[in-house]
Amino acid sequence: MAYINGIGLISPQKTAETKEFLSEVMEYTADYLRCIEPGYRTYIDPIQSRRMSRLIKMGIASAKMSMTDAGCTMPDAIITGTGLGSVEDTEKILGEITREEKFLNPTPFIQSTYNTISSQVAIQLKCHNYNSTYVHRTFSFESGLIDGLMQIEEQKATNVLVGAIDEMTMNHLQITRRVGQWKMEAVNNLTLLQKPTPGALAGEGAAFFVVGAGMCASTYAELADAATCININGSFRPDTFLPGFLGKNNLSVDDIDVVMLGLNGDNVNDPHYLSFAEQFFPGKAQAWFKHLCGEYHTATGFGLYVAANILKNQVYPEILKLNPVQPAKLKNILIYNHFRNVNHSFILVRGC
Amino acid sequence: MPQRIFITGYGIISCIGNNIEETLSSLLGSKPGTGRIRYVETLLKDELLVGEVPKTLAELFVMAGISPVDGYSRNALLGMIAAREAFEHGRLDDHRELKTGLISATTVGGMDRSEFYYNDFLTNDTRNVFIDSYDCADSTEKIAQLLEITGFVTTISTACSSAANAIMLGARMIRSGRLDRVLAGGSESLTKFHLNGFNALKILDKEPCKPFDQHRAGINLGEGAAYLVLESEESLAKTGNVPFAELVGWGNACEAYHQTASSPDGIGAYLAMKEAIDMSGLAPGDIDYVNAHGTGTDNNDLSEGHAIERLFVDKMPMVSSTKQFTGHTTSAAGSIEAILSVLCLQNQVIWPNLNFKERIAELNFSPVEKLMINVAVNAVMSNSFGFGGNDTSLIFKKVNASNENNASNAINENNVCNAGNTGKARGE
Repeated sequence: MAYINGIGLISPQKTAETKEFLSEVMEYTADYLRCIEPGYRTYIDPIQSRRMSRLIKMGIASAKMSMTDAGCTMPDAIITGTGLGSVEDTEKILGEITREEKFLNPTPFIQSTYNTISSQVAIQLKCHNYNSTYVHRTFSFESGLIDGLMQIEEQKATNVLVGAIDEMTMNHLQITRRVGQWKMEAVNNLTLLQKPTPGALAGEGAAFFVVGAGMCASTYAELADAATCININGSFRPDTFLPGFLGKNNLSVDDIDVVMLGLNGDNVNDPHYLSFAEQFFPGKAQAWFKHLCGEYHTATGFGLYVAANILKNQVYPEILKLNPVQPAKLKNILIYNHFRNVNHSFILVRGC
Repeated sequence: MPQRIFITGYGIISCIGNNIEETLSSLLGSKPGTGRIRYVETLLKDELLVGEVPKTLAELFVMAGISPVDGYSRNALLGMIAAREAFEHGRLDDHRELKTGLISATTVGGMDRSEFYYNDFLTNDTRNVFIDSYDCADSTEKIAQLLEITGFVTTISTACSSAANAIMLGARMIRSGRLDRVLAGGSESLTKFHLNGFNALKILDKEPCKPFDQHRAGINLGEGAAYLVLESEESLAKTGNVPFAELVGWGNACEAYHQTASSPDGIGAYLAMKEAIDMSGLAPGDIDYVNAHGTGTDNNDLSEGHAIERLFVDKMPMVSSTKQFTGHTTSAAGSIEAILSVLCLQNQVIWPNLNFKERIAELNFSPVEKLMINVAVNAVMSNSFGFGGNDTSLIFKKVNASNENNASNAINENNVCNAGNTGKARGE
């Protein structure tokens, strides 16, 4: 158990510009939802940033935003989750070595290493403390949260910086469209669920959270717990896993006020969310968020921003609602996400 | 009293052996496994010296015990081979009621196939089955499927310290009560991608690498995989497994200096080693041997050397790098070298730092030059440092017969088990 004391988020919404919670919603008709990036001069020395690829800049900027938000100057640990790291840098190298194996520019190679964001944040902050990077599809961010919670349990850390960062490129979109991951054409993000078709709407984002052992003036909510479960030969049994996870946190399904589902517009995978919600949370407030950020491996970072803001502001914006249920109180929010019915994850957030 | 973490199984594959027995034999015979590139399709073929596992993809399928199908990377197959050996050694198939996790590490992921088919990925549908095998999670999930490990599964990528961090996370998850036992380690295959990347950084030695030598000239890259089985005391009581080593300390620190270079004073290395020592309850003088990161680059060996001197002062342990044997297996190095360190405890030996001739002028110590046998090795430190300054240090200790009844059996059993190999290797 810990507290979310600061958030920095660069997303397809205007989250980097304003701390207001979804007061203006961005509507797109696009192949994927691209981040609205801030001016980086505030966050990174322009001489340094000139050599940095987009993902690295988004990572550093969102990390610094979260620290300013929390009033934290030196984290005790920096942990990043990223499903794919810097896709742009990786593609540069692949392009070069596929064409001709000439002497490469080493910069993209250096930046293509998955731990670049975590270590660049450390370099910027001159932070010698614990530093790690998780790279397991939709478990990446949740693994980072679990690590962060353990750092606090172990009393090794008071403030942990935990990030959720992934980017999309046109090349990568084109490649992963071949395996049915995305919709084959540009779609409107706000009407995503109206015409169910195969494939998700892709997106991207860079979120950092200051996860603290104690509350402070800027606290959003309590990060109660996070869990992942891989589904191999039916090993994910929601009827035992979910009550077990909630029970460990002294809660039952009845205590959940809003369940946030990772629906992404893919009519192959979305039915799983709907049957999950129907089985465990019938008549409860059900919400979604990926129409605002798109689908990516660390999209639950955007989801956690949403949950934390619902609890801090005690508002439940219409744009998030999957059903018209208005919860009696906004206290316990459960985020449930899955990838291809293989990677299932939960994040439990509680109002303070 | 915090939960103790015991080692009850291991598995390994690299250019010096397809399993523990072969690896031990190569080490005892001081036989390195590096050579010219045979399998990676690259123009650098005749230029570089690498530690390549001398097997084709088809041969790796056979070794992994699965029928050849598309969609498997070399990286995944190497991982499956080593993980299965550890799984069987640690008898993870028994007591399925225990919470068992898989924590794996890689940086190139399935790049060995993806770089080969990248043009197809962009232009046609012929290689789609390999698209999902590109990322880092793919090899981990294939191992999890093969061995049906579902208690917790994740992948770490902190460049060349990845597998050490996987072991560290495994230990922490046991200590926190989240898991009873963990299969932790890493896998990395050679790729055109990172051969070219390291080459562009001009840190590859075209001759056998010479860690800690005044005239060292860089890295020989390598490939391989290694996994260890970590168990809690409660788990031991149920499985009846007899541990052959204990993980008593770990430390993770960040250089926060430069994306690829180590700081001159090795601050990250120092902090990681110091943290591991402090946690272990041992004094620096209790460490008998440091299996150094020792890549053979100008920068790493000097920086690591300074950090070792600063930490141990007048209580210097034996130090060697084993990357001359295996090549630098990058993300797998942490677990490969953790196993090499544990083998020192079990066999009471210290591995030689091959190719060493002249001490680094700025340092006051020389590495171990020749294989040392019948030497008392009670505690060893294994260092793994990565790009981005991600530095991790692990300390393994011989299970103490006097305070651990189970363990005394373990040591006897393992000594018996390894004695044969030892004899054979020495006889060669």
